[in-house]
Amino acid sequence: MSKPVIATTSLAGCFGCHMSILDIDERILQLIELVEFNKSPVDDIKTFTKPVDIGIIEGGCCNSENVEVLKSFRKNCKILISLGECAIMGGLPALRNGIPIEECLQEAYLDGPTVQLNKLGIMPNDDELPMLLDKVYPCHEIVKIDYFLPGCPPRADLIWDALVALITGDPLKLPYEVVKFD
Amino acid sequence: MKDTVKQIVERYGKDETRLMDILIDTQETFGYISGDATQIMADMLGISRVDVNQTISFYHFFSTSPRGEYAIYLNDSAVAQMFGRQAVKEAFEKELGIKFGEVTADGKIGLFNTACIGMNDQEPAALINNRVFTRLTPYRVREILKHIREGRGVEDLINESYGDGKNSLPSLRSMVSSNIRRKGMILSDDYTYGTVIKEVLPKMSPEAVIAEIKHSHMRGRGGAGFPTGLKWEFCRRSKGDKHYVLCNADEGEPGTFKDRVILTEKPELVFEGMAIAGFAIGGDEGILYLRYEYRYMKEYLEEVLNDMRSKKLLGEKISGIEGFDFDIRIQFGAGAYVCGEESALIESLEGKRGEPRDKPPFPVEKGYLNQPTIINNVETFATAVRIVQNGGEWFTQFGTEDSTGTKILSISGDCMFPGVYEVNWGFNVDDMLNMVGAYDVQAVQVGGPSGTLIGPNEFHRTLGYSDLSTGGSMIIFGKQRNLLKDVVLNFMEFFIDESCGSCSTCRNMTQVMTNKLNKILKGKGVANDLEDLKQWGKVLMASRCGLGQTAGNPIISSLKNFKPLYDVLIQKDKEFDKGFDLVASVQNSCKFVGRVPNFNHH
Repeated sequence: MSKPVIATTSLAGCFGCHMSILDIDERILQLIELVEFNKSPVDDIKTFTKPVDIGIIEGGCCNSENVEVLKSFRKNCKILISLGECAIMGGLPALRNGIPIEECLQEAYLDGPTVQLNKLGIMPNDDELPMLLDKVYPCHEIVKIDYFLPGCPPRADLIWDALVALITGDPLKLPYEVVKFD
Repeated sequence: MKDTVKQIVERYGKDETRLMDILIDTQETFGYISGDATQIMADMLGISRVDVNQTISFYHFFSTSPRGEYAIYLNDSAVAQMFGRQAVKEAFEKELGIKFGEVTADGKIGLFNTACIGMNDQEPAALINNRVFTRLTPYRVREILKHIREGRGVEDLINESYGDGKNSLPSLRSMVSSNIRRKGMILSDDYTYGTVIKEVLPKMSPEAVIAEIKHSHMRGRGGAGFPTGLKWEFCRRSKGDKHYVLCNADEGEPGTFKDRVILTEKPELVFEGMAIAGFAIGGDEGILYLRYEYRYMKEYLEEVLNDMRSKKLLGEKISGIEGFDFDIRIQFGAGAYVCGEESALIESLEGKRGEPRDKPPFPVEKGYLNQPTIINNVETFATAVRIVQNGGEWFTQFGTEDSTGTKILSISGDCMFPGVYEVNWGFNVDDMLNMVGAYDVQAVQVGGPSGTLIGPNEFHRTLGYSDLSTGGSMIIFGKQRNLLKDVVLNFMEFFIDESCGSCSTCRNMTQVMTNKLNKILKGKGVANDLEDLKQWGKVLMASRCGLGQTAGNPIISSLKNFKPLYDVLIQKDKEFDKGFDLVASVQNSCKFVGRVPNFNHH
């Protein structure tokens, strides 16, 4: 059997979840034995080059590009995992969800104390830029997500255990410390 | 203003447990409860301002901004919608140039929505400064508003004839109709009130009274069906400085109005039943907790109580029985469905937010003011009188083995004769539909929104605790109704509004499930959504009180019994659709920064 193929991406996240993936430390050597990476910041492959078994998503969707990338992951991956608070719930970026997008832009580019240099009141409106969504969406509100790994970021061990369980087919160990919520 | 508020607080002995009364009087005097008034109350009662505020914010009829000289509360129950509420609402808005939730610029008239006001057999109905206006039409709306502008007082806005029965008494002057269509042991006129207190109780011991109630196998008429005799016995055995008898007349379940009718036509029977319960448990005081929607009965019911006092049926040494001292006062709520839950009712009675308590301890051990307390439904007390009069054995001849006696049903919706019917338990739904003149029936909501929605294939089922249990609400829906949109959605919105917010299950899941229902109604649902609703509904069982546990029932029970209605709305060609619309979601940001949305080249 050929190695399972993995792809990862960071949408409206901080790359902290990817850092946590790297926190599996020397096990990364073991991981490379077990799997092959396709589109991912880890190996810098920009586009899917073959069908992927497991797609790992960090971050929710705050703009049109996020949506497009997420949809391409759904299209190319058999299994999708929402990794971390932002992918699962919107996370920190979703703090803007209670505020109209117009007010956010007004504050960010026109009124905010750090934008004094923007004398002309220029707004980022180049056609090449992704378009902002009215609010930040968790991934499962855009496409079907198969598994959720919570945490901010999820601990390296949890990511490791989950991946090993998925690849080997063994049940995931979920001791109390992993699912406690206070 | 300050002096008036001080007087109000002093009127209730500066007692913080009477905060509800203090707030009600303040709201009625000024049309709202100002920050200054709140501070005065807090200072005089020796509690924090936040304590006062949290009670104010809990109840629908309290407000911190003026509600207008004429505060109009239009009922938004499902049945009101069915009988023309929309046109009435639009007439109000058009005439006044304001929306519901607003007050006219001159502060004269305010428009507000309110949950079922117990007039389901005469909708659309509204409350204007605590008077009830039934069977409203757009024409009538224009007339009422014209008369308000001409300076008429609220009493003079009523130009309809008064309702049937006692509604025309000078102390009621109400256009509400009792609509009694069938009488049994409670509603019949063959009992002279006071008979049991005067002739039967002197010959009985409290234990014997409880024994008769137990022997009758009567179960609570509020809906939960706890054996009444057992409750009384537990309470009698509990030690405390005082014992209390509470009558639950909160009647908030949409579609229920039988307590209103019992209290209008047979209030003496209810009060006598409370006194009998007081005798049985060694009670010191009785309190009728009456929903604020029935505030128009205040003068009348107090007159009845005074009459009973003058006949020595209440007061000290009743019927010459040494130690039988018992009196009753009326406590009003202020608009909160959850206060029909017994422990929430007690909290409210103590001047707090109506949030259910954790149980145990049960009220029979630690209830009102932490003393042993029984709480029974209006109908339960009325029934108890006839049981003690005739004996428990006599009572068991009515109804079925596990559901003895009669049940008063509030029947409304698509039928020829909506109103109140007292029937023997064991009646089946088909019998009921024939009796009320309901044809082409699509569904019946048994027991109100928290109960069950059943279709024709279940109309053979019988009403009783072992089959179709009901607190009395029966709403009939004809074939012409859109069950999911007009009924289920309305009920879910009711639960969202009325959740006390204490448990996250009931606070959130009602909203989450309703969002999903809305998605399905918009044609965006997928098969998996139905499975989600089914599974998520179970989460509500983790709620603290019965109301939270049943708050998903409109969806759960319609999904169980009317699945085809859902199935036709489900997208057949999609497995996943969360209703996300990329084009719509970028419109506002693009417009604001000045660019044309482009989905092609990224």
